[in-house]
Amino acid sequence: MTETRRYTRTHEWVAPADVPGEWNVGITDFAQKEVTDVVFVELPKVGRTLPRGGEAAIIESVKAAFSIYAPASGTIVAVNPDLESDPGLLNRDPYGKGWIFRFKAGHPEEINDLMDEGAYAKFLKDGGGHPEHG
Amino acid sequence: MNPTTGDGKKSGRPGMEPSLWEISRSGARGVRPVSQPVETTDLPPFLCRKIPPGLPELSELETVRHFTRLSQLSRGVDTHFYPLGSCTMKYNPKVMDRVPALSGFQDLHPLTDEEGMQGYLEALWTFSELLKEVLGMDAVTLAPAAGAHGELTGILLARKFFRKRGEFARTEILVPDSAHGTNPASASMGGFTVRTIASKPSGHIDLDALTGALSERTALVMVTAPSTLGLFEEELPEVVRRVKAAGALLYMDGANMNAFLGVLRPGDLGFDIVHINTHKTLATPHGGGGPGSGPVGVRAHLAPFLPNPRIVRSGKTFSLSDLPDSIGRIRSFHGSSGVLLRALAYIRMLGQDGLRRVSLYALLNANYLRKKLEGLLPGTGEGLCTHEFVLSARSLEKTGVRAVDLAKGLLDAGYYAPTIYFPLIVPEALMIEPTECESRAMLDGFADDLTRLVRLAGTDPGKLLGAPERTPVSRPDEVRAARDPVLVDPRSSGESPS
Repeated sequence: MTETRRYTRTHEWVAPADVPGEWNVGITDFAQKEVTDVVFVELPKVGRTLPRGGEAAIIESVKAAFSIYAPASGTIVAVNPDLESDPGLLNRDPYGKGWIFRFKAGHPEEINDLMDEGAYAKFLKDGGGHPEHG
Repeated sequence: MNPTTGDGKKSGRPGMEPSLWEISRSGARGVRPVSQPVETTDLPPFLCRKIPPGLPELSELETVRHFTRLSQLSRGVDTHFYPLGSCTMKYNPKVMDRVPALSGFQDLHPLTDEEGMQGYLEALWTFSELLKEVLGMDAVTLAPAAGAHGELTGILLARKFFRKRGEFARTEILVPDSAHGTNPASASMGGFTVRTIASKPSGHIDLDALTGALSERTALVMVTAPSTLGLFEEELPEVVRRVKAAGALLYMDGANMNAFLGVLRPGDLGFDIVHINTHKTLATPHGGGGPGSGPVGVRAHLAPFLPNPRIVRSGKTFSLSDLPDSIGRIRSFHGSSGVLLRALAYIRMLGQDGLRRVSLYALLNANYLRKKLEGLLPGTGEGLCTHEFVLSARSLEKTGVRAVDLAKGLLDAGYYAPTIYFPLIVPEALMIEPTECESRAMLDGFADDLTRLVRLAGTDPGKLLGAPERTPVSRPDEVRAARDPVLVDPRSSGESPS
């Protein structure tokens, strides 16, 4: 499903969930390597409404704590409960079992503005910035 | 049981000191009290233990040896070069310890009345007066218990200032991303909304981004000067002008004041509020040897709101008084007094010229070391740095060596490691702060060793990935320690207090 996945400059990915209008969010493989082993994830509350770019979650590694931003505006409909007991999922399977939260997009067109696979690869190649400061 | 002594033996790796539990012997005792055992207690029964607490059992001498050996395995400024950037691990001259140890200070009961502690109040008042001069401020509080506590105090002062003026809409604090990480935390704790201002690629404050974020909602702009990148904000006068034009107050995080003593004064630069960390600037103990202390200086328009109680002089008499508009008490008694007395002694010992030389040597040492390392790893900023500088180990990526591996290699070379992975805006950061205390020979040796290690990354990266080899523990499993911490020794069978 990589062709439907979109990417932010702050290294989150967003991909359509099974329910139309809902999207899964996680961090990219680049980001998980950059932050190193994740030891704690602070998940958002289900039902919370976030603006685009609002802080949605916090992940902590032995290096530092990093904010995860909402790729688009919307309402949190689910979080990944497995991350609480096994935060290492973010490192082992960032695009799969390491998903962080699911949201219902308030303005789905915002997602179209994000980078596709090719644009993100180029973004990384051109320096890419840092997970915290894309 | 025959505990190892901590000496290097076979492999060059000193033995690890066993824990108190491992050397515990059933029935061993230190001091046996000879007086009657205490039989009664007026504690309510639910607070009383039903079984004795689980404690290791050792003789006094065994205990002394255990902690002495641990201290010998430890690294500190008194044993090693300690270039831990951002932390300013400078040497604390031992003579400073004599001041709080004077019986007039040490034996003073905290609840002594004002009349009985005139000397103590005079010492703290004198220190405040000297700090006003050093900072270029109109009033100072010594109450905050640490740098971040000083930040919170400054933020509460700003809040009170705007409330008193009826400007209730000022609810935002702007913080550049090159500021200390405690700034946004303190701002949030003070009830404000935090907005982060991204830096320019050069690491300096982006004036356009700042101007775009300033509004009638801005209460305070917090600038770390010099910044965490070891850079002086070149456009600071313009930053000050724009913040003032927006009607906001300007806060200086003075944790890096070690670069400015006797050179620049926050008050002259246009700041309204500043805090310093006495342990980073005025030679008082760090960390576990603390406690900390974060005096705050303000300009006259904020002085009425300073924490209570204030020390006031009237002729030759000193007394404590409460200001009606104060933000209130933020700390018991008068701050971390033993630390403040050391800081006073340091200022008194060095005098104005001496303080200035502290900063000039801190600047010189950092720039000298940076120049020696030029071309080895990319660094941030151009031209001169301030008291510290940041290098990036990102260029070693293809060798598999990261900043952490260079830091571990430096442990084997006989140093404390520099700060790594901070500031966050620099990938694979190594943050180096030599302080004013080191000799040129030490800096040369360090530069040679770091150069050798960076070359080793190209020729034999495995050597670095396996470092350190000469410390009692090589690489603790930090990930497991964070994910699955064992906080209570399973051998402590006693019940824990609820």
